[in-house]
Amino acid sequence: MNVPQSQPGSRLDNYVDRYAARTAGMTASEVRALFAVASRPEVVSLAGGMPNINALPLDAVADTVARLVVERGTVALQYGSGQGDETLRGQICEVMRLEGIEAHPDDITVTVGSQQALDLVTRIFIDPGDVILAEAPSYVGALSTFASYQADVVHVGMDEDGLVPEHLENAIAAVRASGRRIKFLYTIPNFHNPMGVCLSPERRGRILEICRAADVLVIEDNPYGLLGFDNEPMRALRADDAEGVVYLGSFSKTFAPGLRVGWAVAPHAVREKLVLAAEASVLSPPVFSQMTVSAYLETQPWRAQIKNYREMYRERRDAMLDALRTYMPEGTTWTNPTGGFFVWVTLPAGLDAKAMLPRAVTARVAYVPGTAFYADGFGASSMRLSFCYPTPERIREGVRRLAGVITQELELRTMFGTPQSQTPPAASPTTLAPGPDLA
Amino acid sequence: MSDLGRVVVLAGGLSHERDVSLRSGRRIADALRAIDVDVEVLDVDGRLLAALTADRPDVVFPALHGSYGEDGAVRDVLELLGIPYVGSRPDASRLTFDKPMAKAALRAAGVRTPDSVTLPQDTFRDLGAGAVLDAIVARLGLPLFVKPARGGSALGASVARTLDELSSAMVGAFAYGDVALVETYLEGTEVAVSVVDTGDGPTALPVVEIVPDTGVYDYTARYTAGMTEFFAPSRLAPEAAQAAVQAALTAHQVLRLRDVSRTDLIVDAEGTPWFLEANVAPGMTETSLLPLAIAAAGLDAGILYRELLHRAAKRG
Repeated sequence: MNVPQSQPGSRLDNYVDRYAARTAGMTASEVRALFAVASRPEVVSLAGGMPNINALPLDAVADTVARLVVERGTVALQYGSGQGDETLRGQICEVMRLEGIEAHPDDITVTVGSQQALDLVTRIFIDPGDVILAEAPSYVGALSTFASYQADVVHVGMDEDGLVPEHLENAIAAVRASGRRIKFLYTIPNFHNPMGVCLSPERRGRILEICRAADVLVIEDNPYGLLGFDNEPMRALRADDAEGVVYLGSFSKTFAPGLRVGWAVAPHAVREKLVLAAEASVLSPPVFSQMTVSAYLETQPWRAQIKNYREMYRERRDAMLDALRTYMPEGTTWTNPTGGFFVWVTLPAGLDAKAMLPRAVTARVAYVPGTAFYADGFGASSMRLSFCYPTPERIREGVRRLAGVITQELELRTMFGTPQSQTPPAASPTTLAPGPDLA
Repeated sequence: MSDLGRVVVLAGGLSHERDVSLRSGRRIADALRAIDVDVEVLDVDGRLLAALTADRPDVVFPALHGSYGEDGAVRDVLELLGIPYVGSRPDASRLTFDKPMAKAALRAAGVRTPDSVTLPQDTFRDLGAGAVLDAIVARLGLPLFVKPARGGSALGASVARTLDELSSAMVGAFAYGDVALVETYLEGTEVAVSVVDTGDGPTALPVVEIVPDTGVYDYTARYTAGMTEFFAPSRLAPEAAQAAVQAALTAHQVLRLRDVSRTDLIVDAEGTPWFLEANVAPGMTETSLLPLAIAAAGLDAGILYRELLHRAAKRG
C-alpha cells in the first residue's frame, strides 16, 4: 500500500473560515445525540413538545383537502400574498376574539409557524448586542432564534404566577444602568413553555404598565392559550395594548403543526416591516397550508376539536401529576400546569439534569434538561417534562423510570458530593435548536 | 449489480451512539451503492430478527457502535442465525469493547498503555468515594483521564486536573455505565491507526493525526466538521509513525480482531505509542477517522467495503 507524503491538515469542511459569527454555537452535542435514542418507541419520551394529533378527524381533513385541490387547486398551489391569505387573516381575527383581541385582518401577517414570526420579529428589531428580556426559563426555540441574531438575552425571574413584575423592573433598570438598549420583552403568558404556569390576571396589567413606562415593546407568544383545562381562555396582553404588544399565534397546537401556519399581529408600521421581511425570507407563506387551515375553520367544528384536545391533554396532565406524586423521591418539586403541554420539575439539591440524561436514556426515558431553556447556562437542576404526546399509561411508566434514575443519581451525588468548582455549562442554545422533537 | 446477493447494513440500535451509528450506516450504504452494490439498511430493534429471517441476507455489514454493536451481542445473534458478517467475532468484540481488558491484553503483549485503575460505582459506595479518590490520585497522580469502561465517541469521557474535577468526571462517566476507567492523562500526539484485512493479512492504513481546536477530542470535536484538524498521513517522524502502525497491528492481532479495526494511540515526545483503546466497529461518518485513512491511502471506500463483504461472505 502506497503511503503518500504528508499534506496540509484537513478540517473536513472547506468553508470553515467563512461562516458568519452567528454560527458559533451550531455544533454537535451529546444531548442532541441522546435525543436520537429518545425518538425510538422503546423510550418513553417526555422530551418532545409534539402536539398529539391522533385526536384529529383525519377523514374530515382529507375531504377538506381533496375538495380544496379539486375546487381551488390553481389558487392553492400558486404563489400567494406575502402577508398571507386574506380570508384566513379574517378567520384568525375570529380565533383571537376568544382571548379578547380585537384586530383587523390588515394587522395580521401569516407566517410559517409562529417560529417564523419569532424569527421575523427578531430580524427586524435586533442588531448584534441588543438586549432581549425573556423569562427565566424561556422557550428553547426562541433562545435559538435570539442567539442566531446575536442578541444578549437577560432573563427575568418567574414564579407560579408567571413573570414577577419587580424582577422585570429591576432587570430593566440594571440593563439601562449598564448603558445597553432593550429592544423587547419576550414572554409566554399562558401555559408557559417550559414551566407550564400562567401569568396571573393581576400581574398582566402591571407588566404592561411597566413596559409602557419603560418604553419596552412586548412580544407575546401564545401558542397554548386555548388549551386551558379549567377556565375560559385568559385575556391576551395584546387585548389591552394594541400599540405596545406584538402578538404571535399558531395553529400548530389547535389544529396541526405539520401545516406550519402561524401569525403575528403588530402595529401598522411594524407589520409593514414584517411583511417585507417575510417576503425576503419565503416570498409567501405556503398558500396550500393556509387554505387548508381556512377551509378547516370554515367547514369543521374547530371549537369542538380544541375541546377534544383540551380533554385529552388534561387526562395526560393528570396522569403525570399523579405519577410525580407517587414516584418522585423527596426533594423533587414541580409546577402544576392548568393547561398546555409541560411540567417543570426541579430536582433535589445538587443534581444536574443534563449530566443525568445518559442514565435516563439507558433507563429508556427522556426529558429536556433545564439548561436548554436558559441563555446563560443556568437551569441545571431542572428539567422539562411533556405530557402532550405519550398515553397516560406511558406517562406513568416514564415517570416511574425517571424516579428510579433520580434516585440512582442522588446516590451517586451523595457519594461524590457536589464539586465546589462546579459551574454551569457554557451557554449554547443554538446547539439545542428545537427541531421537531424539542419544540 | 454486484454478485454479493442481498447485503444488509445494520445501523442505529438503542445505544447512546445511535446517532453516530445511523450516520456510519448511511455512509457505508452510500459508498457501496456508488459502485452498484445493492444495500438495505436495517435498524436494530424488535423487528430485526423477523426481517433477517424473512428475507435472509447473504452478508451483513454491522455499523453499530456502543453497546449491542461493539459488545458482541448482535454478532452473537448473527452467528446463531448463521449469517456471515463483516468484522470481529463476538468474543473478540467483547474483549475489545471492555477497555480495561483490552489494555491488559496489549500491556501483556508489550505495548505501552497509560497506568490505570478500573472501578465500578459500587466500590465508591461501599468504601467511601473520598477515600477511593484520594487513593487513585496518590497512585496515579493528576491529571487523569476518566471514561466509561465500555463505550465510545468520547461520551462520558473527560480530563480531571484536580481532585474536585475528578469527582465530576467520575459522575460523568457513571452516567454512561456502571464501571469507569481512570488512567493517567498523557500529553502527546493523538493518532488513530486503522487496520484492514481483505485477505492478504492485516494492513495498516496511513496514520491519522488528530488536532482538535479545543485541545480535547470530545463528542463535539468529533462530530462537528471544522472543529478538528486532521493530518493523514500524520506529521509524526517516520520511526514514530512506524511504531504507531506496529502498535495497531499488534492490537489487531492480540485482540483477535478481524477484517477492520481502529486503534487510538497517544504518541509521546519520544515517539513511543501508548495504547488507549481499539474499536471493532470504527466510526464511518463524514467526520470519522477510518474514511480519512482510506482516502489517505488512495483507496475507494466502496471498493474496500465490498472486498470486506466478499471476504465475509466467503468465510460463511
